[in-house]
Amino acid sequence: MKVSADLELCQGHQMCQFEAPDVFGLSGDEDKVVLLDANPPEDLRAQVTQAVKYCPAMALSLED
Amino acid sequence: MTEVSTSSTSTSHGSTSTSGIHDIKEVSRRFPESEHGHLEDLRDDPIDLLHRVRAECGDIGRFRLADRDVVLVTGAEANEVFFRAPDEILDQAAAYPFMTPIFGKGVVFDTTPEQRSEALKNQALKGEMMRGHASTIENEINQMVAGWGEEGEIDLLDFFAELTIYTTSACLIGMPFRSELDGRFAEYYHELERGTDALAYVDPYMEGVESFRIRDAARLKLVDLVQAIIDKRHVRGKVAREYRDLLDVLISLKNEDGTDHFTADQITGMFISMMFAGHHTSSGTAAWTLIELLRHPEAMADIVAELDDLYADGSEVSFQALRSIPQLEAALKETLRLHPPLILLLRVAQEDYEIGGHLLPAGTMVGASPRVSNRIAEDFPNPDAFDPSRYIDPNQADLQNRWTWIPFGAGKHRCVGNAFAMMQLKAIFSVILRDYTFEMTQPSESYADDTSKMVIQLASPAKVRYRRRAR
Repeated sequence: MKVSADLELCQGHQMCQFEAPDVFGLSGDEDKVVLLDANPPEDLRAQVTQAVKYCPAMALSLED
Repeated sequence: MTEVSTSSTSTSHGSTSTSGIHDIKEVSRRFPESEHGHLEDLRDDPIDLLHRVRAECGDIGRFRLADRDVVLVTGAEANEVFFRAPDEILDQAAAYPFMTPIFGKGVVFDTTPEQRSEALKNQALKGEMMRGHASTIENEINQMVAGWGEEGEIDLLDFFAELTIYTTSACLIGMPFRSELDGRFAEYYHELERGTDALAYVDPYMEGVESFRIRDAARLKLVDLVQAIIDKRHVRGKVAREYRDLLDVLISLKNEDGTDHFTADQITGMFISMMFAGHHTSSGTAAWTLIELLRHPEAMADIVAELDDLYADGSEVSFQALRSIPQLEAALKETLRLHPPLILLLRVAQEDYEIGGHLLPAGTMVGASPRVSNRIAEDFPNPDAFDPSRYIDPNQADLQNRWTWIPFGAGKHRCVGNAFAMMQLKAIFSVILRDYTFEMTQPSESYADDTSKMVIQLASPAKVRYRRRAR
């Protein structure tokens, strides 16, 4: 599972951290998402899927 | 907070040769005698005009608005270029002259739109604030239906317009301010929204335009209401911090000579602008969702069953509205796709700007159309059909079409309030579908939008009948 974040689109809502706290963090300086784990383990798929689906900026993608 | 673009600015689009703006095909006119280009087309039937641009001109077309060219882009590729353009190149501020008389002249917010949305989001729209908002909204809906009784009739425009005045003012300004409002505020606010005739592209203060006269009178009445609330606050005196709202903060600011920093007129302008993006948009979407569900009883039945199941354990609406409600969310998304509250998003090119191989001179207006892009058949098969299954896993028509599923816009200006809006809509339908059933009281096809103004609203009448559910 591969996750990517488009920093140009991120608005710093922090919803993803709520959904998948092991995968997404926040850069304090820029108020943008930081990928803590770009290749998260399979057992986090449900969490990551929710994070991608509910990102208010549509800034996250899940590949394969 | 300054926005830093991390990628290289890609205004050019990989073209080998560049042509000028007049090589972009101009759409036909239904009012060839009009001295203002396609202005009459836009005022008479904007949806027809926007669809015609794509049908006749393709992904990049052109129409004339007063003395300006408007280049309209549709389709994923052109939309992405449009939505990714930085503010320094495609600016929003000058694109909506019909808003100036509504917000008020002079300093409303001494900030760029970018900073304003940042400030807004940081104070009120962050994820962590949502729980409180959800409970505020649940209370507001309960109050609105408290006097409904066993059965009766409501007008969808009046009902949802009033409800969303209360929810947006409570969540964005504060409960003390909200509790001073009644139906008059919603009525005058609606008159402001009705004052958005596209004639403003010629002159937002044009003489002899009835809707402009009503708009300006309504704004004065709103200032009077706010002034009366301010006067009451002065009589009441200071209160403890936890009882203060944004109005208390604004009226406490003084100049060096001790006079008030903001007048009632300026404060009213700020409140109008803060509430604007979340008002007619949420109100219209709530109304259209109910209409679509009444037109599609099988979708309504699925959602009522989903909600009954969800709330069977007595859980709180304010809790569930923040969580996944898949069938309801799918119906909301499909309603937003078919009836986007904003049908045309505009920018003004700040410098010469290249898109799709065409060089546009500074000052050109560039637009994207949620209404047209949301119905592109290649991306949304059978595009005019209401089909919530487009969003039921594993289908994700919204995520799969990030640059054409654009009821909230896209890119860096994607509506910062969209999570708030979805939560609010989930809360509204959780309450009203749990306690009531609805039926149409007029022919299905008679529910329609009034598109004669730039702010689109439901046309009157749009009545439905409700009946309390047997428990």
